[in-house]
Amino acid sequence: MAVLLTKESKVICQGFTGAQGTFHSERAIDYNTNIVGGVTPEKGGTKHLNVPVFNTVAEAKKKTGCNASGVFVPPPFAADAILEAVEAELDLVVCITDGIPTSDMQRVKREMKGCKTRLVGPNCPGVLTPGIGKIGIIPGHICKPGRIGVVSRSGTLSYESAVQTAELGQSTIIGIGGDPVNGTNFVDALELFLDDDETDGIVLIGEIGGTAEIDGAEFIKSWSGKTKKPVAAFVAGAAAPKGRKLGHAGAIVNSGAETADAKKEALKSAGVTVADTITTIGHAMRKAMKI
Amino acid sequence: MDIHEYQAKQLLTKFGVNVPPGEVVYQTHEAENIVSWLNEDKIVVKAQVHAGGRGKAGGIEVCSGDEEVIKTVDKMIGMKIITPQTSESGKTVRRVYLEKGYDIQKELYLCITVDRETGGNTIIFSRKGGENIEEVSEKTPDEIHNMKIAPGSDLLTHHARTIVYNLGLKGAVAKKAQKNILAVYKAFVSLDAAMIEINPFAVTKNEDVVILDCKASFDDNALYRQRIVAEMKDENEYDPLELEAARHDLNYVKLDGNIGLMVNGAGLSMATMDIIKYYGGEAANFMDVAGAATPERVAAAFKLIYKDPDVQGILINIFGGMMRCNDIATGLVNASKEVGLNKPLVVRLEGTNVDMGKDILINSGFPIKPVDTMEQAAQDVVKMVEENK
Repeated sequence: MAVLLTKESKVICQGFTGAQGTFHSERAIDYNTNIVGGVTPEKGGTKHLNVPVFNTVAEAKKKTGCNASGVFVPPPFAADAILEAVEAELDLVVCITDGIPTSDMQRVKREMKGCKTRLVGPNCPGVLTPGIGKIGIIPGHICKPGRIGVVSRSGTLSYESAVQTAELGQSTIIGIGGDPVNGTNFVDALELFLDDDETDGIVLIGEIGGTAEIDGAEFIKSWSGKTKKPVAAFVAGAAAPKGRKLGHAGAIVNSGAETADAKKEALKSAGVTVADTITTIGHAMRKAMKI
Repeated sequence: MDIHEYQAKQLLTKFGVNVPPGEVVYQTHEAENIVSWLNEDKIVVKAQVHAGGRGKAGGIEVCSGDEEVIKTVDKMIGMKIITPQTSESGKTVRRVYLEKGYDIQKELYLCITVDRETGGNTIIFSRKGGENIEEVSEKTPDEIHNMKIAPGSDLLTHHARTIVYNLGLKGAVAKKAQKNILAVYKAFVSLDAAMIEINPFAVTKNEDVVILDCKASFDDNALYRQRIVAEMKDENEYDPLELEAARHDLNYVKLDGNIGLMVNGAGLSMATMDIIKYYGGEAANFMDVAGAATPERVAAAFKLIYKDPDVQGILINIFGGMMRCNDIATGLVNASKEVGLNKPLVVRLEGTNVDMGKDILINSGFPIKPVDTMEQAAQDVVKMVEENK
């Protein structure tokens, strides 16, 4: 049944008629994603890529029954776009935008406390369920239907993971993004995959900065016999210097717990099969699954 | 983005934080006026560079008398500051800050930063502030406290009160400290700061509370709406190649090794650094050709890496969904012609038209080696650089 993006998902795109929104919506439609419309203020009532455009998310929901959105809105307005989708009570909001101010995301975090909408991202490649559809920018042709759940902070490393697990295939690929303050985290994604009866094994791709991987390791440790699933992991940034930000806003080592080595150790101690390099993550997954 | 101590203090003053009187100078003669304006028995002369640990590296001196101050300023301007936070060659001092000196009773520590666990902010504080704070946090972590503020919430008076009591302050001093903490927090939020560290957060012999040293960094993503902060960028503090990369919208960080990297994606770029280290080499840089890896961007990025005199070999690792490898290969060959490529270059391209791309690289007449996997690419470039030595 996969997670987050399923047969039942009806998807809209916010920032639909912009260059990014258009480009990636075209590809999502080619991938057979159930895109039911889009939102661009002032362009409501028109059609774009053969589906209707609405002025607001609330209107889009009323007319199409959409329950998921991909946000391709520029950074200064992206937090507002997320909150618009939250207020319209969509089930899933996936924010691709890179460069949102941290304090805007703190505000989003406050407004979303206790609400039912799930946020993935921002600054992420999105969510893809092979054979069902995608929200975001993950290339469809590298993903194959199957039973491995992939969760990654990095976009390109989730693509590497998809290629290396091609034989097993993937249930869903979740890019949680590289920002310091974000929505869905490793623990949330692990929980989704653990409960999903179409996922047999999980690939977790972390990186330096923050302690989300260590929280993930703690969570894996708490799994008991019957509900255990094999996990393979890689953490990028073993060669990173302290105190330098490497590309992602969140990829910076400020303390010992935030290094790749500390995270790898925590994951190992939780029974996770940790790959030394990204090129062996597929091998690590098969090893963890004893195949 | 980081700013200098004196700039951070200028910003904090506007929020009502108690900052010692002081002024920055670029040249020795400018110090004469400042000394007479300050008119203090004790003046502290401080080198302004973006690196911690200045005190222990000779970058902070307490002076008395005009002559001593001016002599010290003269000595400091142009000197190299080498600390554990700088490269081995250190940083050249171009600006010096002069400020009033105090007799200190207590050196406390205060730092506000984004809390990634909760999505809010954290205030870290300790009674054991001063130069050895890193040692304190290593050896006696119990002396370091923190208070978490929920996402998007204000720091309230009761929070500040709790902090000052835990810092062991009482009476009028506690009140003053409380006021300063609230003001620093307000500045943090209003200015989209990523971190403001005050060390020492000092209590003077006269029972006053002052901010003696201050380090601040800001959220790059919010600089578009923080123009005053953005204007404070000191380009001298950055590697020239990093500045050039920023102009091309490339994520580039100079590192200590000799293998130049060009990769698309931050995660893949880190993983490429890692695999080079795994096979015994060391990356000369982190480079994420962010956004679309078009032939033009690839060429610009390639030329930039090639300029780095430390680079003895280059690895290009591009994994794209939509891009065409033949276009990228053509861009690379053209850039190679421009620079007259004579260093080993290993290329791993993944995407559409891979074979066409490889043919273009092989037939280019330059020392370019296309490979199929990232593993092969890393092994080859490490070996080639080793053999070339």
